[in-house]
Amino acid sequence: MVEEQSTSLEFQEVAPRVSEWRRFWRVFLQRKIVLFGLVILGILVLTAIFADFLAPYDPYTGVLTDSLEAPSSQYWLGTDIQGRDTMSRLIFGARTALLVGFVTTGVAAAAGIILGLIAGYFGGVTSMVIMRIMDALMGFPMILLALLISSVLGAGIQNVIIALAVAMLPGYARVMNGLTLSLRENDYILAGRAMGATDMRTMLRHILPNALAPMIVLVTMQLGTLILAEAGLSFLGIGIKPPGAAWGAMVNDGYRYLTYNPVLSFAPGLAIMIVVFAFQLVGDGLRDALDPRLRGLL
Amino acid sequence: MTAYIIRRLIMAVIVLIIVTLIVFFVIRLLPGDPLIIFLGQQATQGAITEETLQALRVQYGLDKPILVQYGNWMWGILRGDLGESIYYHEDVGKLMGERFPVTLHLGLVALVLSNALGIALGIVAAVRRGTWIDSVVTVLAYIGVTVPVFWLGILLIYTFGLTLGWLPIAGYTSPFDDFWLSTKQVIMPIFCLSLPGLAGSARVMRSSMLEITRQDYIRTAWSKGLRERAVIFKHALKNSLIPMVTLMGIGVGIIFGGAVLIETVFAVPGVGRLLVTSIFAYDYVVIQSGTLVIATIIILTNVIVDISYGWLDPRIRFG
Repeated sequence: MVEEQSTSLEFQEVAPRVSEWRRFWRVFLQRKIVLFGLVILGILVLTAIFADFLAPYDPYTGVLTDSLEAPSSQYWLGTDIQGRDTMSRLIFGARTALLVGFVTTGVAAAAGIILGLIAGYFGGVTSMVIMRIMDALMGFPMILLALLISSVLGAGIQNVIIALAVAMLPGYARVMNGLTLSLRENDYILAGRAMGATDMRTMLRHILPNALAPMIVLVTMQLGTLILAEAGLSFLGIGIKPPGAAWGAMVNDGYRYLTYNPVLSFAPGLAIMIVVFAFQLVGDGLRDALDPRLRGLL
Repeated sequence: MTAYIIRRLIMAVIVLIIVTLIVFFVIRLLPGDPLIIFLGQQATQGAITEETLQALRVQYGLDKPILVQYGNWMWGILRGDLGESIYYHEDVGKLMGERFPVTLHLGLVALVLSNALGIALGIVAAVRRGTWIDSVVTVLAYIGVTVPVFWLGILLIYTFGLTLGWLPIAGYTSPFDDFWLSTKQVIMPIFCLSLPGLAGSARVMRSSMLEITRQDYIRTAWSKGLRERAVIFKHALKNSLIPMVTLMGIGVGIIFGGAVLIETVFAVPGVGRLLVTSIFAYDYVVIQSGTLVIATIIILTNVIVDISYGWLDPRIRFG
């Protein structure tokens, strides 16, 4: 009876345990600047989803008599050579940027994590083969490799996604390989093995979850880089087929009419920059909230 | 150390062989017969007889099995023969020889500039952490990594070229022909090329410096009464520069990647522009040799980076 009371007393003296999730959200949302990034991304996602309702004009077919109009109350950002409303094309361009960004990252991260995990876990010849191929892919500047692959595959958004995914893949594989190499030395892996865990189980249940936090941070931070690369490709004329709207291509289109209406080129570039900036902010925030030790490394 | 260097070099050779395989076989997948595209410029397709086509195919070695073609290409490269361009009708070695110095000029200046300025800004931001200087550097670093360089180029062209008329908007002149004109022409491209690297260097340098200044030996340096200048430059700087070596290797890749875009924006006749033109012209000879040269440079730079890293930090070479 006495003993029981003392236990309950002791229990009350211990500070209430804060759940990992709570701590994560507190740190993540603490900084105003991260919130700012989240708001921008939120607006962007909504814009992409509701592009059909938001765009004041048809982004693909313009009014030829309104070609190269300056910004006015009718066309907020003016029109391009084909008389298409820049604002509407900008709104639809958000769709392209996000689609390419998210799908490519998903594909590249999944493939990179699997390859890095296998290479790091098994080591030896397997690791040698996988990692040397990744090293070779890293020998190309990303934009050049993507340019090469998408020129082989031809125009179209799915080909840009494949090209960029191949270009992004080695970075993820390399980080995952490094993480696996260090995680595999932990005692709990040995304990798991002693209890008869298979290779598959050890990789998926013990190593992968522990590597997830840094990988999520890396993926978020790379989303901005990816959108920049996609913009670069479409600026060079590779990517979504006309009349589709992509920000990089819009910058290039506007470049030719810089003296008539600089906004044609300036507006889509600014859009790219704001989006990349937002991803960067959120990535930094995620890093600090999930794993502050990664500061300076990623 | 010797064993480490040898191991690293063998690895580089293996990686280079894989690079040649990737370049060669990816390009063989290009749509369309490169010969048809090339002939399309000169004559209508119907006018060319099957015999001429076959003769040309033999001339360019396109009739042989693909492995033999790869072997021939590799054998040529080992002898310094990069092949003949289908589009320009010129030796690829000569084409690259004309354009490479241009890219090198822009790239080297940009690399030196971005590292020197990046390191300086990083140090200042770390030492004056939390002050307005730190905030300015952080904002600059954010802008540097988020701005699309091709768009920045256009912005500069509009401002300094078209509106103010201070700088020429395109082209390239060798500094040996006309130094003043050359400098005026390269200011904007070099600024665009160096900005992403500069931002990266400043960020890494700042966090590296902050990390080092927390070490015990720095506290010792302070407590024995050294002045700030001595603590930072004599004690902290050396060790905090180590991560910058890695960044140097990445920087070379960033410069070549940037060259592809920047040379297109400013109409600079460098390797980047040559490759973009060749990709659109399906000139596979130029593409495969050009990308191989760039990849080789990047891989060799990384070997040097790794070796110097092992030399600077003994923990790496014995790890």
